[in-house]
Amino acid sequence: MNENVTKQEKPSEKTPPREEPTLQALVEVIEDASGITLLADLPGVPRESLDIHMDGETLTLVGTLGLTMPEAMESAHAEVTLPRYRRVFSLSKELDSTKIQAEFQHGVLKLRIPKAEHAQTKKIQVQAA
Amino acid sequence: MLYKNFFSRDIFSELERMQQELDRNLGLSPSIRGSSRGYPAMNIGTTPQSVEIYVFVPGMQPSEIDVELENGTLSVAGERKSTDAPQGATKHIQERFTGRFRRVISLPDDVDANQISAVCRDGVLHVRIARKEAMQPRRISVQ
Repeated sequence: MNENVTKQEKPSEKTPPREEPTLQALVEVIEDASGITLLADLPGVPRESLDIHMDGETLTLVGTLGLTMPEAMESAHAEVTLPRYRRVFSLSKELDSTKIQAEFQHGVLKLRIPKAEHAQTKKIQVQAA
Repeated sequence: MLYKNFFSRDIFSELERMQQELDRNLGLSPSIRGSSRGYPAMNIGTTPQSVEIYVFVPGMQPSEIDVELENGTLSVAGERKSTDAPQGATKHIQERFTGRFRRVISLPDDVDANQISAVCRDGVLHVRIARKEAMQPRRISVQ
């Protein structure tokens, strides 16, 4: 279930040009002492159509819908009207982008971005004098 | 720095987000059971043989979704639980829906309630209901 996120210098071919309108993947971002957990709703995206990449300090998530639809189908009502999700985040320096872990299940992506060792919160005990 | 961050984002997604916020603040809601941007989103299509319904339910286990067909209406209901943040953690962004949901649609008259299938994959529930054969257009050959 876990896979390491590939670090790429250039956006891959799966990444659409920035001008293309995309669906906004809704997210949840939780920070604790050792890192950040990011959850993103990407319903309808098969695992192989999900692209996560780091470019410098920019994290980009792109997911392409892969719904199976009968050929003769005519749309009667549509709320999801674009073929792709895209979301971009700027990571701060204390996050270690080389150690991002990703899980993808039931259309929800869970990313764990740990803080670099030196940036982790340390609890300092206050001694009684 | 502030400007750089703003423009480095996708401008269309940003506009979409602003539109959502605007709708929320103005209380615009085209349907009595939640806005069209509510959870779960739904796409509906038809073919001559069937009605195809796609319900976007990310994060739901197939066993947690209730699908009911009654009196010509189809309802999809369930509850999406919130994620537990560990103690001392900070939630910076919370856009994901949590809580109970229910969506009901009325079906065309010619559907066959005995021929229905529901498959959940990648967070999308796909319900297919066949239409009655007698109602389907038929080509009559002229002798």
